[in-house]
Amino acid sequence: MNLPLTEPGAADGAPGDHLLEVDGLSVEFRTDHGTVRAVRDVSWHLDKGETLAILGESGSGKSVSAQAIMGILDSPPARITSGEIRFNGTDLLTLPAEEQRAMRGEQVSMVFQDALSALNPVFTVGSQIAEMFRVHRGTSKKEAMDKAAELMDRVRIPGARNRVKDHPHQFSGGMRQRVMIAMALALDPAVIIADEPTTALDVTVQAQIIDLLLDLQRENGMGIVLITHDLGVVAETADRVGVMYAGRIVETGSIEEVFSRPAHPYTAGLMNSIPRVDQIGSRLSPIVGSPPSLAAIPVGCAFHPRCPRAVDLCRSEDPRLVEVGPGRRSACHFAKDVLDA
Amino acid sequence: MSRYIARRLLLAIPVLIGASFFIFFLVYALPGDPVRALAGDRPLAPGVIAELRERYNLDDPVFVQYLKYVGGLLQGDLGIDFSGRPVSETIAQRIPVTAQLALTALVIEAVIGLIAGIVAGIRRGSYLDNLVLVSTTFLVSIPVFVLGFTLQYFLGVQIPLFPISGTNEGLYSYLLPGFVLATASMAYVARLLRTSLAENLRNDYVRTARAKGLPERMVIGKHTLRNSLIAVVTFIGADFGTLMGGAIVTEGVFNLPGVGRAVFDAVRSQEGTVVVGITTFLIFVYIFFNLVADVLYAALDPRIRYE
Repeated sequence: MNLPLTEPGAADGAPGDHLLEVDGLSVEFRTDHGTVRAVRDVSWHLDKGETLAILGESGSGKSVSAQAIMGILDSPPARITSGEIRFNGTDLLTLPAEEQRAMRGEQVSMVFQDALSALNPVFTVGSQIAEMFRVHRGTSKKEAMDKAAELMDRVRIPGARNRVKDHPHQFSGGMRQRVMIAMALALDPAVIIADEPTTALDVTVQAQIIDLLLDLQRENGMGIVLITHDLGVVAETADRVGVMYAGRIVETGSIEEVFSRPAHPYTAGLMNSIPRVDQIGSRLSPIVGSPPSLAAIPVGCAFHPRCPRAVDLCRSEDPRLVEVGPGRRSACHFAKDVLDA
Repeated sequence: MSRYIARRLLLAIPVLIGASFFIFFLVYALPGDPVRALAGDRPLAPGVIAELRERYNLDDPVFVQYLKYVGGLLQGDLGIDFSGRPVSETIAQRIPVTAQLALTALVIEAVIGLIAGIVAGIRRGSYLDNLVLVSTTFLVSIPVFVLGFTLQYFLGVQIPLFPISGTNEGLYSYLLPGFVLATASMAYVARLLRTSLAENLRNDYVRTARAKGLPERMVIGKHTLRNSLIAVVTFIGADFGTLMGGAIVTEGVFNLPGVGRAVFDAVRSQEGTVVVGITTFLIFVYIFFNLVADVLYAALDPRIRYE
C-alpha cells in the first residue's frame, strides 16, 4: 500500500521540462469519521498552449487536486501529505506563503464552477476584476477599472463599458462565467485551471464559454487544465486527458487514443455509457455500482468491485500507473488486454 | 425607493392609532383613581375634584376620552398633564436626554460588539473566541438594574471614575449609563457578527478571493467582513429605536431625566395623556428606525431592491 502508485518520472521528463508538473500529489482530509484520502499519488504535466482535461466523477478528487495546486485547500481539515507541484521547475509547495500568494492569479489562476456564488455579491464585477490589478500591480483605481472594462470586452460581454458597475446578480449565467474568465485572465497567467466551468450553464452557453476559452488560449498561449465530468467537453477541447477514479489517475493519454482505445476498464466503461446516435434503440451500458467512498477505498484496485475483469490479483494489489504506449499510461493489471480488446 | 419609504410611513399611521388606543385603554384600566392619587393624603374639596375630572374628561367612557384625545392630537395638541404642563413640552425637554443616552449606547454597542465579533469570528475556537462567548452570555444574563447598581458602586463610589447620577457632567455623565444600556445589544452584535463571519467564510467567493492571490487581511477584512456586516449594521440601525424606548430602568438607576423616567412617573400617577403621548412617540421612533434599518439593508446589499 505504501509503494508509490506511480512510477518515478510519470510526469514525463526531467523536472522543469514542463510548464506545470504535478508529481506524486496526495491530499488527505482529517474528519471525525476518519481520514479521507481525496487525492492519491497523482501526477501529470501541462505544457504551454496545451489543454489537459482531468476527467472524473464527483468525489474522484479532481477539484481537490486543483485546489491543492492553487494553494487554496481548507487546511485543516485538508493536508497535502506528499508530492510536488512544480511551476517552471519551482516547487510551489515549498515556497514561502507570501510568494505562493503572489503567484496566485499572476501565474496560475482559476475559473470556478458556479460564478454566481464564486463572485462576491456585494461588489461590482468591475471592481472585482480591477482588484487583480490593484493588488498585484498596484494600479490606480481608475486605470484598473479601465482595464477591467477592456477585459470584459475581450471576453465578449456586450456593452462591457456600461456594465462594469453592475453587480454579479445582474448578469446571466453565461455572462457571469465570462466575468470569472475575465478575472482569471486579468494578469495574463501562464496557466488557467478551469474547474467545471460549464457545468452550471445551458448547453448552448456551454459551447460559447468553451469556444471563448480556446480562443483566448490561441491568443495567449496559456496552458489550460480543464476539470470536468463531461466527456463531450473533453472530446471537443482537450489535447490530453487524465482520467481520475477514487483519488487516483487511472489512465492518461492523448484524447484521440484514450477515447478510441481506452487502456483502463473504467475509461472503457465511461465510453460505453455515452449515448450514441448510431445505436438508437439499444440500451445504454452504464458502469455497474457506484464510486467508493473516499473514506473506505477498496483494498487492491479501487475499481475492482465494479470491474468486469476483476480477478484475485485486483482485490489484493493496487496496480501502478505504467506506460502502455507512447505517452499513454494506465493503472490496470490488464492494461494491455483492455487496450487490445 | 422613495415610494417604498412613503408607503412604509403611511403604514405606520394605523399602527400608531392602534397602539395609542391600546395604551390609553391600559392606563384607563389601571386600578385606583388618578385624582385621588394626585391629592395624596389630604382630601381635596369636592368642587376641585369635580373640576379636575371635568377638565381631564375623566367621567366620560373610555372611547369618548380617547376620541377627545385623538381630536386634540390631530390639531397638534398632545394634551396637558395634571400640573398643567403641555405634554409636548415634556417630550421636547426630555428627548434630548434619552436620545443622547441611546446614541452613547449605540456607539458603545457598535464599537465593542463589532471588535469582539470580528476577533471571535476569525479566530474561532481560540482563547479570545471563548472569552467572547462566555462574557456575552454573562452580560446577557445580568438584569440591567443589577449591572447598573454594581457599576455605580465600583466605578462611581469605590473608584470614583464616573458620575453616578444626573447629567451635570455633559457627555461624560452618559458613559456609564450608556454602557449599561448597551450591554445586551453589544453581546448580541458580537454574537451575530461572529456567526455571520463564520458562515460567510465558507462561501465560494472567499475561495475565489484567495485564488485571486489577495492577502488574507483582504480576504477577511474586505470580502468576508463586507458581507457579514449587512446583518449586523441592519440590526444596529433598528436597535436605536429599541434603545430609545428601552431606557426606563437605566434612566431610573442613573437618575437621568429622559422620556423613560417621564413615562414611569406618568404611569404611577395615571396621567393617561402623558403616557400615551410619550409612548406613541416612542413607537413612532421604533417604526422609523426599523425603516432606517430596511433602507440600510438595501444600501448594503445590492441584491435587495424595494419597489
